[in-house]
Amino acid sequence: MADPYQMLVIGGGPAGLGAAISAKENGLSRILVVERDLELGGILNQCVHNGFGLHYFGEELTGPEYAGRMTGRLEGSGIEILCDTMVLSIHPGQDVHRVCLMSACSGYRCLDTETIVLAMGCRERTRGAIGIPGTRAAGILTAGTAQRYVNMEGYMVGKRVIVLGSGDIGLIMARRMTLEGAKVLACVEIMPFSGGLARNIVQCLDDYGIPLLLSHTITEIGGRSRVERVTVQQVDASLQPVEGTERYFDVDTVLLSVGLIPENELTREAGIAMDPRTGGPLVFENKETSIRGIFACGNVLQVHDLVDYVTEESEEAGKAAAAYVLGKATAAFAPPADRIIDVTPGKGIACVIPQKIRLDRLEEKIRFFFRVSEPSKTPKRVMLGDGERVAASFRRPWMAPGEMEHIKVDRSTLQEMQGEILLLTIED
Amino acid sequence: MVKELICIVCPQGCHLTVEEEKEYQVSGHRCARGVAYGRSEAMNPTRVLTSTVCVRSARHPRCPVKTSQPIPKKDLFRAMALLDDIVLDLPVHRGDVVVKNILGHPADIIATRDIT
Amino acid sequence: MYDLAIIGAGVVGCALAYELSSRDLSLVLIEKENDVAMGASRANTAIIHAGFDPAPETLMGQLNVEGMRRCYDLCEELDVEHRKTGSLVVAFDQEQQRTLDVLYRQGIVNGCQGLEIIDGAEARRREPNLSPEIIAALWAPEAGVINPWEFALAMAEVAVRNGVVFMPNTEVVGLEWRGDHYQITAPSLTEPIRSRYLVNAAGVNSDLIHEMAAEPAFQITPTRGEYYLLDRTVGTLVQSIIFHSPTEQGKGVTVSPTIHNNFLIGPNSEVIEDRADTGVTRSGLSHIGEVALRMVPSLDLRSNIRNFAGVRANSPENDFYIKMSAANFLDLAAIKSPGLTCAPAIARLGADLLEKTGLPMKKKTHWQGGRRVIRFKEIPEEKRAAFIRDNPLYGRVICRCETITEGEIMAAMQREIPPVSIDGVKRRAGTGMGRCQGGFCGPRILEILARETKRSPLSIEEDGSGSLILTSETKKGCDRG
Repeated sequence: MADPYQMLVIGGGPAGLGAAISAKENGLSRILVVERDLELGGILNQCVHNGFGLHYFGEELTGPEYAGRMTGRLEGSGIEILCDTMVLSIHPGQDVHRVCLMSACSGYRCLDTETIVLAMGCRERTRGAIGIPGTRAAGILTAGTAQRYVNMEGYMVGKRVIVLGSGDIGLIMARRMTLEGAKVLACVEIMPFSGGLARNIVQCLDDYGIPLLLSHTITEIGGRSRVERVTVQQVDASLQPVEGTERYFDVDTVLLSVGLIPENELTREAGIAMDPRTGGPLVFENKETSIRGIFACGNVLQVHDLVDYVTEESEEAGKAAAAYVLGKATAAFAPPADRIIDVTPGKGIACVIPQKIRLDRLEEKIRFFFRVSEPSKTPKRVMLGDGERVAASFRRPWMAPGEMEHIKVDRSTLQEMQGEILLLTIED
Repeated sequence: MVKELICIVCPQGCHLTVEEEKEYQVSGHRCARGVAYGRSEAMNPTRVLTSTVCVRSARHPRCPVKTSQPIPKKDLFRAMALLDDIVLDLPVHRGDVVVKNILGHPADIIATRDIT
Repeated sequence: MYDLAIIGAGVVGCALAYELSSRDLSLVLIEKENDVAMGASRANTAIIHAGFDPAPETLMGQLNVEGMRRCYDLCEELDVEHRKTGSLVVAFDQEQQRTLDVLYRQGIVNGCQGLEIIDGAEARRREPNLSPEIIAALWAPEAGVINPWEFALAMAEVAVRNGVVFMPNTEVVGLEWRGDHYQITAPSLTEPIRSRYLVNAAGVNSDLIHEMAAEPAFQITPTRGEYYLLDRTVGTLVQSIIFHSPTEQGKGVTVSPTIHNNFLIGPNSEVIEDRADTGVTRSGLSHIGEVALRMVPSLDLRSNIRNFAGVRANSPENDFYIKMSAANFLDLAAIKSPGLTCAPAIARLGADLLEKTGLPMKKKTHWQGGRRVIRFKEIPEEKRAAFIRDNPLYGRVICRCETITEGEIMAAMQREIPPVSIDGVKRRAGTGMGRCQGGFCGPRILEILARETKRSPLSIEEDGSGSLILTSETKKGCDRG
């Protein structure tokens, strides 16, 4: 039986690669990255547009370039890679965890590893999940699947397009399809605000005269074998279609950009505790999950907007996993209850990471990532406290649900807190 | 001619007004970067173009490319049309110049990944 | 010249083809769509009915139990996914409770075994997630769930293996009796098909086919039923099939586990004009949701994976229409619920009727029955390594959500009726039916289909004819090396 790996990373996209490289830099030597696609890079490979790397590299890069920077750092690192390989199950253990995986070339195997980094990314929400009435004609696909066809395989998926959802993927594909010769008739968004970055509204919709219909949704899709038309209606404050506001669009394609869902099937089956707000696992201050030695980072933990933050988060996870392997005996995984703080989203906060803090394990500063429930164009304060006393507060001039926020808090601030609950709220 | 646009330099998204007759005077901004953006967007809006080109490869039939610097917005579709005729052979390296000085602009079209 | 032509490759047509494939006959199975089971046979509640619902004086009542028993046998022989779950018909008030008594008595006459009327408390003891408002229920242990399209496919595959000709994309538009045979015309045929005998198994269009050969004798009222498919991650809500007490319109909304441990909810009953309209409606889904929540209040409709609808061949007579309606012409028409369950019995009855009119039924000397499908998920853990060593393509997962491998897809491509569309692969290998609804595996399956059938990816259809997915190449296309 071969020596166990020190780290097995599930997913070879930016999160997985960041964790592996960071673990290597922090002293690990037996690291394996498992990737189900034929090559590393994850979703970045099909994101041919730019806007990546402004924070992390200080340059504006395209997705493939960002991926290339990450894979470039693997060279000479000794990090093992398995592509075209799928992890089928995780079996947590006492000293080592077992991961069963398989590929056409290497067959079915179970490998032991001291740590696992979950970096499986996310999937797209489907039509079924949002229940649009109408036919099941061809021509209805998620924006990401369309992106794969257009950018990787080199095929157009339609000629006259309507996009449902104004998140970045929908906006990017509206532009991409237009540049490749399709007519994009509208981008339809059910909320009264867009979920995407302002720069994408300008560069993907305004630039091409594509109307953004806020507070609207597609209420029916028609067509026999292929989409032929859609019905769009305004929605009211409770997001219900308003009678009499029907508009009809003559299209052959509906691109859905209606949300991303962290892909945590393996996580759940392994018995790792989940946070229903993020859709990802519950993590401690160092990205460790409820099972010791199993860490999570990237879109599988929480859906990110910027890959730069994925990289930073994954580096923290890699560093934490390395510290775990090399210093196993020291810090307690499950300290006494009064040394754990539960982090709870309060008023105005949709979700926050990490969800639990072990006070004894904190580094000098800890960063919280969170999303607000509603957009605000006027300044607000982000408050941290135990419900009575305010431990820290931060001013933010504007915030939106589509843009993940973060605050950095000193360890001393948290150690001085009395209660066990850390509440994050938004106040005026 | 008065141009109205939303500044995208920072997430605040100020609504700018640019008066072309008054030497592209900008109003509605809250910082100096907004003035610069407003002027350049009104005078000569430019964009980085990202797309793909054909590759003679069954496994990687398309290679992602970009302009090495922004080109005038009005030339995007003409540039796309030029990309239609490009066919690359392996190997391709990140940074390879696929088209030099596209449409006579300083920008090149460069490959953004390795394909070997 | 064929001995027998079957019009319609739904579950009934396939069951008859299977039944007769062991006879020394030349048979053709004609289908207007591009695959088997494209009508109601693939868009139904996927249930093997115990047999108490139809009245004993109807053909449905007479064939249900026989069909039910034969279904289980066939599923074993043909390796069709199924599970005997039992069913509960639930009652909320005294009137519905009286209906349960009627069903119970009908079931006894029809031949069901193990029927039991239980009170609400006992029903909730067996199924803790049932509504507290349920006062009584009829338990039928013989009911079960099945993979309905796989059932039809399996029977058709064995039929084709044994010489039955499958002719898809052939929409029959004319039938002419020539004194000793029928001449069958279809736009796709360069010359008409000729057959001594004809069977009408055309489902929702069986009235149209009937009227090409005989005087009108029955009416089809196309009745659409819509469904929710809920993700199994909601947990085990119910273990058995839960029926709402039946109404005039039919069996009513059902909450049922599926063979893949998801949950099927539906159908409603809406008579529609356009027989081919399988769209789902806001009001239809809303009604289904309401009734389902009444029976199982903890249902979470937000875990919906997809919605779909099937159009059933109901008729005002509310029974199957099975008759020799013209010379050498057999109607297996107006097959509504429990049509799927009854299919093997309908086939047996149809064969008897044909034999009585003179169709020779001499058995073939060699008939190859049986069917085995390798499903990677079912291979025991300790056998996997060796199996994949010998069959490497089973080591590459294509459909992540359902863990379906390339080996299974390639095996499906090589079966007697190979798939021609993405959904054809789905119906054979189980791909694309999970959480991501083909978002991840779709492009990979398209590639495999194009590669194996040597067709351009641009010509690959999602499901039926004309449902093309890709419209052109980007960049005017180029040599792909």
